[in-house]
Amino acid sequence: MPKDSGIGASSKRREDVRFLTGTGQYTDDINIHGQTYVYFLRSDVAHGKINNIDTSAAAAMPGVVRIFTGADFEGIGSIPCGWQVTDRHGEPMQEPAHPVLAQGKVRHVGDPIAAVVAESLEQARDAAEAIDLDIEELPAVVDMKAALSDGATKVHDDLSSNLCYDWGFVEENKGAVDEAIKNAAHVTTLELVNNRLVANPMEPRVAVGDYNRANDESTLFTTSQNPHVIRLLMGAFVLGIPEHKLRVVAPDVGGGFGTKIFHYAEEAFCTFAARQINRPVKWTASRSEAFMSDAHGRDHVTKIELALDADNNFTAVRTETYANMGAYLSTFAPSVPTWLHGTLMAGNYKTPLIYVNVKAVFTNTVPVDAYRGAGRPEATYQLERVIDKAARELGVDPIALRRQNFITEFPYATPVAVEYDTGNYPATMDKLEEIADLSGFDARRKASEAKGKLRGLGVNCYIEACGIAPSNLVGQLGARAGLYDAATVRVNATGTISVMVGAHSHGQGHETAFPQVVAEMLGIDENMIDIVHGDSSKIPFGMGTYGSRSIAVCGSAMVRATEKIINKAKKIASHLLEASEADIELKDGQFSVAGTDKSVAWGDVTLAAYVPHNYPLEDIEPGLEETAFYDPSNFTYPSGAYACEVEVDPETGKVTIERFAAADDFGNVINPMIVTGQVHGGIGQGIGQALLENCAYDENGQLLSASYMDYAMPRASDVPFYTVDHSCQTPCTHNPLGVKGCGEAGAIGSPPSVVNAVVDALQSGGHNVTHIDMPVSPSRVWAAMNNA
Amino acid sequence: MTNISMTVNGKTVSGEVEGRTLLVDFLRNDLRLTGTHVGCDTSQCGACTVHVDGVAVKSCTMLAAEADGADVATIEGQAGADGSLNTIQAAFQEHHGLQCGFCTPGMVMAAADLLKNNPKPTEAEIRHHLEGNICRCTGYHNIVKSIMAASGQDVSQLAAE
Ligand code: FES
Ligand code: FES
Repeated sequence: MPKDSGIGASSKRREDVRFLTGTGQYTDDINIHGQTYVYFLRSDVAHGKINNIDTSAAAAMPGVVRIFTGADFEGIGSIPCGWQVTDRHGEPMQEPAHPVLAQGKVRHVGDPIAAVVAESLEQARDAAEAIDLDIEELPAVVDMKAALSDGATKVHDDLSSNLCYDWGFVEENKGAVDEAIKNAAHVTTLELVNNRLVANPMEPRVAVGDYNRANDESTLFTTSQNPHVIRLLMGAFVLGIPEHKLRVVAPDVGGGFGTKIFHYAEEAFCTFAARQINRPVKWTASRSEAFMSDAHGRDHVTKIELALDADNNFTAVRTETYANMGAYLSTFAPSVPTWLHGTLMAGNYKTPLIYVNVKAVFTNTVPVDAYRGAGRPEATYQLERVIDKAARELGVDPIALRRQNFITEFPYATPVAVEYDTGNYPATMDKLEEIADLSGFDARRKASEAKGKLRGLGVNCYIEACGIAPSNLVGQLGARAGLYDAATVRVNATGTISVMVGAHSHGQGHETAFPQVVAEMLGIDENMIDIVHGDSSKIPFGMGTYGSRSIAVCGSAMVRATEKIINKAKKIASHLLEASEADIELKDGQFSVAGTDKSVAWGDVTLAAYVPHNYPLEDIEPGLEETAFYDPSNFTYPSGAYACEVEVDPETGKVTIERFAAADDFGNVINPMIVTGQVHGGIGQGIGQALLENCAYDENGQLLSASYMDYAMPRASDVPFYTVDHSCQTPCTHNPLGVKGCGEAGAIGSPPSVVNAVVDALQSGGHNVTHIDMPVSPSRVWAAMNNA
Repeated sequence: MTNISMTVNGKTVSGEVEGRTLLVDFLRNDLRLTGTHVGCDTSQCGACTVHVDGVAVKSCTMLAAEADGADVATIEGQAGADGSLNTIQAAFQEHHGLQCGFCTPGMVMAAADLLKNNPKPTEAEIRHHLEGNICRCTGYHNIVKSIMAASGQDVSQLAAE
């Protein structure tokens, strides 16, 4: 029987009511009395020297309040990078300055040059057109390998080259890996591109800066996944505003997918400018602006080699990847191709020797950072593609080859520094075979062939590291912050509860799922509990929502705080019941004395805490409010197996997704409805990457895909209904809820199965095609069929 | 500047707008009806969908002045006077047809338009009708399911939960 409340119940989302009635409050819905509007004049060249900016005519235009340029930001900090990677030789990465407004040079199309603040947006835009800009265009570097060639134009004159770092992992294993590949019975090699994507949450970024001169306090309303992180980065590193004078609020946020983690120049600008002009300053990105200023994702070029012995056991993996950083280092950019990618190269398999080399490269393009999955989709894609290719070369069944190499004993220490605590890969594969009806595939292929279509089946596994992460470990790896989270459980006199959490909800349904946990622990109605999030002035602290960490890390903090509440409440109950504390039991919202019928209700205890007339004041304080910080001892390791069936039209090369099935192991699940929805959304984005999406630059660094006219977002008719299952559950062993996180799985697990399926379809039609790069567009498929 | 007046969600409203003011900006900025969203600048995303004289319109493609005298319906007018969700809204909640909620007003308004003309649409018809509405969160599964459910079709076979 499915539960109807508490942990494991598909409680309907309470946040839906405001979103369905148009009463949500997104950042652009906020208007502050007296606010001004800013329009950013952005570079239309990829690389250029600013000879002169003449704002005099623009400043005289109607409604203009003030025009800012890079000169106004001299002495103001650079937009910081939150992660320092150490290269193969023990040297720190090259780290360029990232000014709020361009200083002397522009380095990508969209780089902000000047900001016009005016009484209305139209006036700001009109005045920006009147700025007289003298920019000398310079040659741009776009291709990563060309950017590393001798004599290449440098993106940053003060760096020695365009190489951010050359990372080797695990460097000590390199010799052994080379040796194993040399001696292997079989080596499969694959070169591939993990296409550059734009996250495209439907809500464009918005920032509203406000300043109160009376108390010297700044407030920033922003579309962020992690308001405290923005407060930390912007306050401490850019503007020098102490925490107690800086409030950052992220209200309802219309999707993030990683791109709203980072601290952006526009946030710092609005906060800074509001202080300067002593009026609120509002910025709302247009979608075109979002394309050229939101951090992009992926953009890896990789060569992977998989070595096998004569019995088809994996013996070694060696990879070489070029990872695009863009023109500046976005907040988490250096960590994505390294610690979030290299550490996942074991996948679900017991490959004993692995070596990963990553060259991170500066180019004259928009900065690249985490996008849903962040490093893990890149790892999964190359590994699961090369395994499929190996199976074909060896003439073995790709599922059998995977099964043969599965890790089956846990905990399992991989050769790439992480230790998987739990998992059951054969079980998720069994489940996949069942829900995807793989035994019926041959009949479905015949039916497709009868219609003149080619049909292919692609399968893959994935593993991810979520719940980022143990602070001491990530500190050693270069993180410049801790990665714990925090929660305060405030019990009111009547027994209702507000839980202040550091995680931010922007589609994940925390406002519904988090109360389910507290309700379960206390045995009270979910509707007595509300979640407060997104406001640094209301919440003790928080590192925010990314890396599928909310329930695993912040949820654990909430559990710890609730445990403290229960301990204190039991003390109060023991006083009221005149019994020993050790005998007090809490069940269904009643405190009772074990073995007796004596009890007091939850509400009696909470009232006593605030009206302490009959209360052990000598032992405990009045009130009932507890805070906990939780720092995880390990990552969590969700895993799963996915299957995709495609039809290919041999006349046009068009690929249609006919069936898609996902069997995931997320450990324990709090709200199955929400978890299923998260997987659906991830699969939608994964199919988008595999079939449709591509962020394209021309050789001069012009962004070719700068709107929905040229960037193909998945639409309803591009995807089928998905079959999703998460009944295989191996609970995480090191967090109190046994949860692993589900937010990114779909996006990580789906691209390889799509491409594997397309290759399978083409091979079934007699085309000797072994690989097609994403997006697998009709023109690429058609070309592959007709050249092979 | 021109004076315009129209009926929005059954109430007569008026305002003074510039010739270039879009209907969506009039709704959001002048009337403070912020449930209608702006997700793009190329009329592709559908977040701004409202009904004008009973027909679904992308309010970013229409000038406010063009709606002078029209009968406009937005997401704010869809629930009952007591706040109860209408059939489509209730189906979206029941079947988890929304996550971040940003595309949702447009989806609900587009769905209402579809069901008015085609009370029992097939899955394919729904997907086709949503061609101009982008959702980045849901992968569309539960949106299509919600619309099928709102039209009275049995969706219990379409994945559990
Ligand atoms: S805002 Fe109107 S279609 Fe995107
Ligand atoms: S629910 Fe977020 S865009 Fe559709």
